[in-house]
Amino acid sequence: MTGPLPEPTGVAAPMEGPIDVSPSCPVPLAPGGLVQLGHGGGGRLTAQLVGRLVPRFGDPELARLADAATLEVPAGRLAFTTDAFVVQPLAFPGGDIGSLAVYGTVNDLAMMGARPLALAAAFIIEEGLDLAVLDGVAVSMAEACRRAGVRLVAGDTKVVERGAADGIYVTTSGIGCIPPGVEVGPERARPGDVVLCSGPIGVHGIAVLSRRAGMAFDVDTCSDAAPLHELVTAGLAAGEIHALRDPTRGGLAAVLNELAGASGVSITVEEEALVVPGPVAAACEMLGLDPLSVAGEGCCVALVHPDSADAVLDAWRAQPVGAQAARIGEVGEGPATVRLRTRLGAHRPVLVPTGELLPRIC
Amino acid sequence: MCLGVPGRVVAVTDDGMRSGSVDFGGVRRTVCLACTPDAGCGDWVIVHAGVAIARLDEAEATERLALLDAMLGGADAPAAPSAAPGPGD
Amino acid sequence: MRFVDEYRDPVRARALADRIAAVLRRPWTLMEVCGGQTHTLVREGIDEVLPAAVELVHGPGCPVCVTPVEVIEAACRIAAEPGVTLCSFGDMLRVPGRDRDLQQVRAAGGDVRVVYSPLDAVGIASAEPSRTVVCFAVGFETTAPATALSLLEARRRGLSNYLVLSAHVRVPPALEVILGAPDNRVQGLLAPGHVCTVQGGAEYAPIVARHRVPIVITGFEPVDLLEGILACVTQLEEGRAELENRYRRSVRPEGNPVARAALAEVFEPVDRRWRGLGTLPLGGLGLRDAWRAYDAEARFGPVPEGTDDGRCRAGLVLAGRLRPDACPEFGTGCRPEHPLGAPMVSTEGACAAYWHAGRPRRPGPGDVAGPVPEAASR
Repeated sequence: MTGPLPEPTGVAAPMEGPIDVSPSCPVPLAPGGLVQLGHGGGGRLTAQLVGRLVPRFGDPELARLADAATLEVPAGRLAFTTDAFVVQPLAFPGGDIGSLAVYGTVNDLAMMGARPLALAAAFIIEEGLDLAVLDGVAVSMAEACRRAGVRLVAGDTKVVERGAADGIYVTTSGIGCIPPGVEVGPERARPGDVVLCSGPIGVHGIAVLSRRAGMAFDVDTCSDAAPLHELVTAGLAAGEIHALRDPTRGGLAAVLNELAGASGVSITVEEEALVVPGPVAAACEMLGLDPLSVAGEGCCVALVHPDSADAVLDAWRAQPVGAQAARIGEVGEGPATVRLRTRLGAHRPVLVPTGELLPRIC
Repeated sequence: MCLGVPGRVVAVTDDGMRSGSVDFGGVRRTVCLACTPDAGCGDWVIVHAGVAIARLDEAEATERLALLDAMLGGADAPAAPSAAPGPGD
Repeated sequence: MRFVDEYRDPVRARALADRIAAVLRRPWTLMEVCGGQTHTLVREGIDEVLPAAVELVHGPGCPVCVTPVEVIEAACRIAAEPGVTLCSFGDMLRVPGRDRDLQQVRAAGGDVRVVYSPLDAVGIASAEPSRTVVCFAVGFETTAPATALSLLEARRRGLSNYLVLSAHVRVPPALEVILGAPDNRVQGLLAPGHVCTVQGGAEYAPIVARHRVPIVITGFEPVDLLEGILACVTQLEEGRAELENRYRRSVRPEGNPVARAALAEVFEPVDRRWRGLGTLPLGGLGLRDAWRAYDAEARFGPVPEGTDDGRCRAGLVLAGRLRPDACPEFGTGCRPEHPLGAPMVSTEGACAAYWHAGRPRRPGPGDVAGPVPEAASR
């Protein structure tokens, strides 16, 4: 179920005082190595569980353990998002469910042009999960928050019986503030816009798939999960961005169709312009997957005013996560369709992927 | 059917069934080599459903491609294939 | 990727297309037999670069597509048994059986696992001795060696919990049926390169002789396909009918002797029903008696007789007599989300290939008008 997780480096919850013995059950409530149903009961075990997690984030608001966090937010528009993370396996090359949860939420906010302010996270934990795994997720999340410059200010934990959750599910909510004058939305694309992609596609999906039971292949690639808000800010300062989307589930194929549909435009992308890293292309070959349908977690597409395209591209390339930003296509008149111009110069539509990525064999 | 992918053998083992690690452009997987007893480290094989079904004849491939290019009038040699660079490459 | 990119080079591909145009004097109808070849043709838009006078009809080369309803139903029934782990290739999960598919069986609690190789299924059997692991063995002669090796390996390891439900099929009998049909329109064949990698060319020479049809063993990348088409069209223009190998980097005349020996040890040709084509004599591979202990049909009961669903015209599509986008159900009653038949499910099925390329529904030269003919053996 899990792979190697980063070594816990945060402060472990101190175990102080005499060993607790409940009069109704003589067995000491000492923390074992596994999450138990009791950890979700709201009593001492829950407090112990929370006590392991909270200090890792070093956030004073979180540490208050109040029913809700209170924040000072700048005046203006807020962006508000929610997301759920159920990735299997929990850890994969380049990250785990914790870092993914942070970056995924931050990026949802970033796609609206917002600067992320704060996150809340709820953990649904399966009875029997190794506490060391939970520690690892918390450490990973805390590190991701630091890297993204965002605070985790509220949280919740629940424990469900064995079999009811794949180890751990994480749900998040995030708020961000949208600077004045920034208007970005999927419905704002216009014919003539240029399609930019900030980097290689399909990386996260292949990294995760390589670790999934039954697939078992080694690939020289780590998940590209990374925060994108600084990339977005740089792009917004450089030119007129109409729409932004990060190709997570469903990959580029899904988001381009979403954008085309929301704006009522056609989009044409050049197969030769897409950046597909060698190992991703190779893994897709082996499994019979289309790289356009594979998730990425560290790249985004932007539909920008044609006069701004070069400036935005330059601004992106100056950012670490945007080093391989490229112009990949253009927006045309409706109806809403997405096409790919193949290597051979032929066109084929890019359709929304139907569902679960089922590797082909034949 | 028949998704057969070329890969290079990078290691060979035999614990009763000859198998090995095959590299597909940066992706490595364990592959059964029982049907290609003449394929050793460094050789290329065509792999289908986890089994190498042929040793790829590199000399034949190179020669055929050259003949094809000559036949097609080979004014400019087609661009050398290269994967886009990316993280982990 | 080496040995892939060179064969996708657009300069070579376009030059080959030009050569084909230069050679052509009259229209020809070719069939590419293998679903993998169909997939490439459609994905790369090769028919857009081919001269219009070359018509490509998609053949029955999709083992997923030709797996009949009763076989899928048997797999679903077995997968739903407690204690059974059914291992299947990903393509099979959404192929409709009578009223369910393996994905639905999994949602209802059946232990259905996607594997990349039958050898992975043996690994599961070895690692989980309390489970009865059944490998749903679908595929042509390309895949059958992997199944054969999995059985040899299971025997070598002394496993008693590994079984195979064999749905393997053989290509040559299908070609006989197609070429032998009175209204056959196919004038030349592109033979499946990876089937021939295993089997060699021996089974195809008699077909060439009997039907006076050129057969060119062809690979799967754009340059391979265009080379195969050029060779086939050249033969037709010159009035020749020969077996030719245009996939020499993988196919030897004798095929792969080790793989063929493994096949011969484990399998024997058996009559097999192909979805939409009826029962093809010796059209399948079944486990030999000596392997009865590993035969899922011996453990769970034989696959019952079956017939085709009348609404689905897969048979006509698979025989090259109906172009997918000319089917009245295409895009309406039949879409990837709710496929009537397997050719819409598998990404290599002719109908799915057309769907994913966004073909609009329009009649074509391959259209069959009128009511759906009764499904029957031909």
